[in-house]
Amino acid sequence: MSARTHSPAGAEARETKGWLSAHRYLLLRRASQLFFLALFLSGPWFGLWITQGTLAGSLTLNILPLTDPFVAAQSLVAGHWPELTALIGAGIVLAAYALLGGRSYCAWVCPINPVTDGAFWLHKRLGLPKGWQPRRGTRLWLLGAALVVSGLTGTIAWEAVNPVTMLHRGLIFGMGFVWALVLLIFVFDLVVARRGWCGHLCPVGAFYGLVGTKSVLRVSAPARAACDDCMDCYHVCPENQVISPALKGKPGTSPLVLSPDCTNCGRCIDVCAMDVFKFTLGSTTP
Amino acid sequence: MPMLDTLRSASRRRFLTDTARAAGGCVLAGSALAYLARDARALPADAIRPPGALDEDAFLSACIRCGLCMRGCPYDTLKLAELGIDGAATGTPYFTARDVPCEMCEDIPCVAACPTGALDASLEDIDDAQMGVAVLVDQENCLNFLGLRCDVCYRVCPVIDEAITLKASHNSRSGHHATFAPTVHAEHCTGCGKCEHSCVLPEAAIKVLPVRLARAETADHYRRGWEEKDARGAPLVEGVIDLPDRLPGPGTDNLVAPGGFEPAFRLDGAGQ
Repeated sequence: MSARTHSPAGAEARETKGWLSAHRYLLLRRASQLFFLALFLSGPWFGLWITQGTLAGSLTLNILPLTDPFVAAQSLVAGHWPELTALIGAGIVLAAYALLGGRSYCAWVCPINPVTDGAFWLHKRLGLPKGWQPRRGTRLWLLGAALVVSGLTGTIAWEAVNPVTMLHRGLIFGMGFVWALVLLIFVFDLVVARRGWCGHLCPVGAFYGLVGTKSVLRVSAPARAACDDCMDCYHVCPENQVISPALKGKPGTSPLVLSPDCTNCGRCIDVCAMDVFKFTLGSTTP
Repeated sequence: MPMLDTLRSASRRRFLTDTARAAGGCVLAGSALAYLARDARALPADAIRPPGALDEDAFLSACIRCGLCMRGCPYDTLKLAELGIDGAATGTPYFTARDVPCEMCEDIPCVAACPTGALDASLEDIDDAQMGVAVLVDQENCLNFLGLRCDVCYRVCPVIDEAITLKASHNSRSGHHATFAPTVHAEHCTGCGKCEHSCVLPEAAIKVLPVRLARAETADHYRRGWEEKDARGAPLVEGVIDLPDRLPGPGTDNLVAPGGFEPAFRLDGAGQ
């Protein structure tokens, strides 16, 4: 690794804060992803029924209905008015992510995230070029296309290919050839486009991004004056276009990460040796 | 100013090409998606939807593929279609009657579990379900049609004597036995598939088919004269003379040639 101009991202933070602190949110995030999977798997695996169903629609403890609002939206566009249960479920999910940051779903819940994170890790290890980088807004176009196609075909169109629900359902109910689809995304992110799927194309992420536009929970850079320009946060951030306005904003501008693209993964907090970032509540106060 | 204009037109050009590119990509991706989504509509004939399922087209706009109906099913009848393995749209629920038929639970837990109404909650009596219609597809191999008393499909039918009856007729092969033909009455058949599941043949002679395949449809203008006559309680056309029927053989009401006539030739097997 002599070609590197500086030590790997996060090395400094590891030295100053210790390994555990420098991986705090990464570990919490993996734990959260496992936790949400375990909720669904404890029933079929161990007979301990906590949550039934999948991420598209579920019932927790026989009382709490949850529905993926993007799936519900496509169903509405396709011409079906769902029963109240599904509508309530979608409302609860919408409210939760409107407060917690829509794309928290991507970082803390979505089962595809470990796949694309793994692809990114290997991509960095192999020092591959970043490849095809479609505009970040492409996912919004795809989101629109999925809704239009749902309306035209009268089906919940994105569910015909959605790797998020397919992988989740596959793990719980039976995989079929979903592994091939997941492998496709891994390879795509590895050799075709760095951070390609989650960062540029996935309309589910785009939808949740829109949901979280006015989120209360946000990453902030209150100690941005202490930034020593090591660039580690930019290296680890899956949506690093969101950092600059908060970190490098002129005095008087908000240190909050205001872009709905931010996944609230907290990795920037982990890798910053100067402790510039932290999670904050309140969308206006720093 | 000219420089500003150049900049402005350059950015405008960039905006236009970017937009055109994105729109083109969307049309391409959207077409592929539409192809996949429509392709998913082709439900195989042996894949039966759960009770209360909306028509296939409406079902695909309503089912979010959550699997809660499958969790509700106490007999593990329902499966979720797996990508690239099962023919039904990926993740949608179905069952294969020959493997595990529907047990027709009275409380219909699968319908109760459905959060979206893809399984219609207005189905309150499981006997009103129409998951499909049983059809005796192969009379040549059905044991009952061969003159044996298998009767298994008839005996296992949860709506016995309504959905399936045994229709007795003369066994013309042996000449002195009866044939009991299992006969499905579609208006009572729920399509549960117990008959298909239980058929003793290596490949079932009776199969549950989707309604669209199993049923004919009479033309709207078609009227059955005898039903109309019963409904009216009188002949539909006044003044029609009911002519006597001409029947062969002696001792009939053949008024034109009293005493009847002998047919000029004999049909094999007739009148043994």
